[in-house]
Amino acid sequence: MRSDRPPLLLTFGAIGGLLFLHLPILLIFLYAFTTEEKSFAFPPPGLTTEWFGVAWNRADIWPPLWLSLKVAAISSGLAIILGTLCAAAMSRARFFGRDTISLLVILPIALPGIITGMSLRSAFAMADIPFSTLTIVLGHATFCIVIVYNNAVARFRRLGTSLSEASADLGATTFQTFRHVILPNLGTALLAGAMLAFALSFDEVIVTTFTAGQQKTMPIWMLDELVRPRQRPVTNVVAIVVFAATFLPILAAYYLTGGGEETAGGGK
Amino acid sequence: MGSAASPLQTGLAERLTALFWRRPRVLLALLLAPPLLWLGLVYVGSLAALLWQSFYSIDEFSGVVKQEFTLKTFGELLLPQNYDIILRTVSMAAAVTLASVILAFPVAFFAARFANGRWKAVFYLGIMLPLWSSYLVKVYAWKLILAKEGIITWAANGIGAGSVLDAVLTTPVIGGNSLSTSYLGTFLVFVYVWLPYMILPMQASLERVPTSMLEASADLGAGGLRTLWSVTLPLALPGVIAGSIFTFSLTLGDYIIPQIIGNSASFIGMAVYQLQGTAGNIPLAAAFAVIPILIMLVYLAIARRLGAFDAL
Repeated sequence: MRSDRPPLLLTFGAIGGLLFLHLPILLIFLYAFTTEEKSFAFPPPGLTTEWFGVAWNRADIWPPLWLSLKVAAISSGLAIILGTLCAAAMSRARFFGRDTISLLVILPIALPGIITGMSLRSAFAMADIPFSTLTIVLGHATFCIVIVYNNAVARFRRLGTSLSEASADLGATTFQTFRHVILPNLGTALLAGAMLAFALSFDEVIVTTFTAGQQKTMPIWMLDELVRPRQRPVTNVVAIVVFAATFLPILAAYYLTGGGEETAGGGK
Repeated sequence: MGSAASPLQTGLAERLTALFWRRPRVLLALLLAPPLLWLGLVYVGSLAALLWQSFYSIDEFSGVVKQEFTLKTFGELLLPQNYDIILRTVSMAAAVTLASVILAFPVAFFAARFANGRWKAVFYLGIMLPLWSSYLVKVYAWKLILAKEGIITWAANGIGAGSVLDAVLTTPVIGGNSLSTSYLGTFLVFVYVWLPYMILPMQASLERVPTSMLEASADLGAGGLRTLWSVTLPLALPGVIAGSIFTFSLTLGDYIIPQIIGNSASFIGMAVYQLQGTAGNIPLAAAFAVIPILIMLVYLAIARRLGAFDAL
């Protein structure tokens, strides 16, 4: 079958599908250079690079950018630790409640974001926890765990147990085995997981609107601009920055896992 | 290595290693404790708080949350204005899922059957990158595309199809002032944003359809379409259902897309967001949020019966 030529209609459908997925994003790049300020007129009446300078000098863009970077860094850091621990446990043995735990890890991603958001909001309200960077991180780390977990579990499975057993036979302690045998083999998978978690956290808006209170992350800033536009071309420039901040880690993750067999959908 | 010095002087690391070897459960428990504590406290705890709050109610006169158990708030969901929101959201989720299946099929089928070598990588990245790249930027791109002065109007006028576009927009229910303020626009953006979630599991299950079965079907005289309909599709069904779990669930809970692109008709997500925010009616917001959970539980139970979990 693989040597067969695909039917023409199928080829058109497939290429059309891929174009449908990619062309809209390319349009953002064009709009960042438009001279039209008040509307989304196409084709742009003229092209300019001035908006990049304007965006750079806008004071209200930098604090959300830093906050988002900070939250994404802390959340993916926490996710690496918790996700790896969980993956290490799950790869070791079959035990009672194993399926429940894997369901528990996946649930924050499987249920719509609004449920995670509303749940955290209810919990903060009941426990009288004021909104802070910490409340944002609590939400983000929760759904980032599964991303790292998925990557790490796949690598653990491929790694098998014989290397660790050999290391133990040669007299290494559990900690030495972890440091010198498991970690080097796990490294790229963890890095890839962290990259994806970073991208996911940096871009997250649905849960964040429930856990941020008055704080503004980059996506919340963008959402405000979408609902009440002020300077549209500046929003276009920021959109490119946000796109790059998620696109580059994803590409890195793809190459880190050697073609991405372990990354896949990751059940984002 | 430290342990080489003397078997009598054993350090903490060695003693722990011995303990882990004798009792593997201890290591297992130590590994599991931090992630389970986190997920249990933060996530399950919050879900419980959500459920708890949905049994509270709000005092109509003072607007204060009454902290006593009642089913009154759930009863309010059956009021016509709230019931409409639920119905609208579920029909949108169903329509989006159906459209995603149709659009995803050629891409998934081509990638699974005909793409080799470099094309395999092109398809893989071509589906992965839109799936992972910024959600807000994707929605924003569609705001540009669907705007009245945007590229679709320009293209429609360019090929002399401006009247077709106007006809679509004057259609009751799906039409509107412009594409970006119509149900059709909301629908298009939902399909665009969730499409990759349908393609991936579909492709995975199509890849597992054995070539021998397709050959057997051809040997028995079935044409290409007949084989597709009677052999390929039934075998790929678990993947389709796995994908539909994502498209359905994600549409049920989204509140950003209908808020930015659409005719301001409310969806479950928007209702939750507005009720907990400006309206301050957390019990009703919580009750609304329980609905997608219930719908997804039923959906998952059906999917499990149809064997979709192996295709996830």
